[in-house]
Amino acid sequence: MSTPRWLMPTLLILVLVLTAASIAIGRIVLDWNVWLEQDAISRTILLELRLPRALLGVVIGAALGLAGAAMQGYLRNPLADPGTLGVSSMAALGAVLSIFFGVAGLHPSVLPLSGVAGAMIGMLALFLLAGRTASTLTLVLSGVILSAIAIAGIALVLSLSPSPWAAGEIVRWMLGALADRSLDDLALSTPLIVVGAILILNSRRALDALTLGETGARSLGIDLGRTQLQLASGVGLVVGASVAVSGIIGFVGLVVPHLLRPLVGARPAALLIPSAIGGAVLVLAGDVVVRLLPGGSELQLGVVMSLIGAPFFFALLYSMRRQVT
Amino acid sequence: MKIDSSLSVAGLSFERGERRILDAVSVQFESGAVTAVLGPNGAGKSTLLGCMAGLLRPSLGSVDLDGKPLIALPADERARRIAFLPQIPEVSWPVEVATLVALGRIPFRRLASDADNEAAVRRAMQVTHTAQWSQRTVTTLSGGERARVLLARVIAGESDWILADEPFAGLDPAHQFEAADLLRSLAAQGHGVVLTIHDLALAARIADRVVILHRGRIVADGEPEAALTPATLREVYGIEAQWLSVRERGAPLIAIHGRHAG
Repeated sequence: MSTPRWLMPTLLILVLVLTAASIAIGRIVLDWNVWLEQDAISRTILLELRLPRALLGVVIGAALGLAGAAMQGYLRNPLADPGTLGVSSMAALGAVLSIFFGVAGLHPSVLPLSGVAGAMIGMLALFLLAGRTASTLTLVLSGVILSAIAIAGIALVLSLSPSPWAAGEIVRWMLGALADRSLDDLALSTPLIVVGAILILNSRRALDALTLGETGARSLGIDLGRTQLQLASGVGLVVGASVAVSGIIGFVGLVVPHLLRPLVGARPAALLIPSAIGGAVLVLAGDVVVRLLPGGSELQLGVVMSLIGAPFFFALLYSMRRQVT
Repeated sequence: MKIDSSLSVAGLSFERGERRILDAVSVQFESGAVTAVLGPNGAGKSTLLGCMAGLLRPSLGSVDLDGKPLIALPADERARRIAFLPQIPEVSWPVEVATLVALGRIPFRRLASDADNEAAVRRAMQVTHTAQWSQRTVTTLSGGERARVLLARVIAGESDWILADEPFAGLDPAHQFEAADLLRSLAAQGHGVVLTIHDLALAARIADRVVILHRGRIVADGEPEAALTPATLREVYGIEAQWLSVRERGAPLIAIHGRHAG
C-alpha cells in the first residue's frame, strides 16, 4: 500500500488551520484585520508573540515527529522517541551545562549547539546500548539509564547554581513550552533543524532496508555504521535545536508515527515526511489547547503532552507486553 | 541472460573468540548449479555462507567473486551480485507483501527505472506464487507463506548468486519441494545457488553437489551419491544411512536408519 492521496493534503490543511488558530487565539483574540491595522499593540502581539509561537510550533512539531519516525525506523521499535529514550533530556543537559559554565553567553548559537551536542551523545550512547538488538526490553532500559544520567546531571548543575532565580528559570524552560520565544530563537534553531532533517531523509533507503533486520539490510548493501552516524547527527541536530528553544516536549515523536504508520503501509521511509507534518499538527493543536484551558496561568505545553502521551506509551507497552521478554 | 560466474573461498578461517569456526576452508562454486552445504549444528555452515555473502569478515583467507576479492567490491554492487537469505529472517514492520518483496530491489534503486524494479518484483512474485497475496500484510501470513514471500524478496534482486541459509526450515514437505524446484529452475537459468540444509534426503534429491562441513573443515565434496557415503555420515553425523538401489523420478534416495551405535 502506498500513502493515500488524501493524507498529505489533509495534514497540510490542518497545519495551516492550526497555525491560523495559534496566531488568533490567546488572552486577546486577534482577527484577520490585524494584518492591515496600524494598531500598535495588536501588531506587537502579532509579530513578537503570536507569530513566533505559531511558527515555532510548526518547526518544533515537525522536528519531533520526524525524529520519532527516524528513531523508530532505525531501532525497529514503535516505542522509540527522543523523549522516552532520554535523548531530549541529554539535549537539555547539554544546554544547561553551557549555561552553567557561562559559554552560552558568548554567542547566541552556543546554547542550541550545546543542545545538539548533548542529543548526539545521547543518540550514540543509545545505539551503543541498544542498537545491535531489536529487543524492546534492552531499548526501554537503555532509555531509562540515559534519562537517569541526564536528569542527575541537570539536578547537579541546578543545585550548584548560585542563583535560585536562574535555577527556577531553567526548570520552567525544561518543562517545555512555546510561549514567549522570539523570532531570533526561530532563526537560530531552524537552520540546524533543516540540516538534521536532510540527514535523516537521506537515510531513507537504509531505514526501509532495516525492515529486514540488520543482517538483511547489510545483505542489501547498506552500510550500517554510516547510517548510525547519519541518524545520530540528524536526530541530534533536530532534537538538540528543538530542546534548546522549547525545552522538553515529550511523546510527540512517539504518538505521531504510531498513528500514521497504518496509513502509509508501515514502510519506514514513507512515514518520515507525514510524521513531520503530523508532529506540527499535534504540537500546534496542543499549544492552542493550553491557551484555551481555564485557569490563572497557562499550563506548560510539555506537561500537557506528557499527560496525553504517557498513558499512550503505557497502552502501547501493554499491547506489546507479550513480545517484551 | 547467460550468467558465468564463480564464487571461490580460499584458505578461509573464521574465529569467534577462542573458537575456530572455520578452519582453512577452500572451495569453489560455479553458477548454474545448486550446491547444498551440509553438516551438523555448529559445523560452520552459516558462517561460511555469511563470509561468502560479504557479511562476515574472515580472520584469514579470502572470498573471491570472479577472481576479484569480495571485500574490494562496493557494498551496493556486492548486493546486486549476491543475494542472501538469513537463517532467521526478520520482518520488523507490518508491511504489505509487495512492499516486502520490493525491498529486494534496494541495491538497484539508483540504477534501474521504477518500471524495471516493479517488473522484477512482479516476476519474483509470479515464480514464487505469492502474487495473490501482494496486498496482504506480511504479519497475517502463515510461517510457510512468509517463507515463500521472503524467498521472493531474495529473487527480486535477480542477482547472479543466491545464498540461502536454511531456506526450507518451517516449510511443509509440499512447499519444501516447491521452493526447491524454484531454486533448481533458477540454477537452470544460470544463477548460482548455494544453500544450507539439515534434511539430508532432501539435499540428496535437489542438489547437484553437496559440500559437507565438519568442525569447520570440508570432509566431503561432490555429487550427492559420491559425497554422502555411509562412512562419512557415520563420522560426521553419527548416523547409519544407506543409498537405496531404486531411483525415484531419476533422483537417488537415501534412507536414514538411526543413530550409529557406539
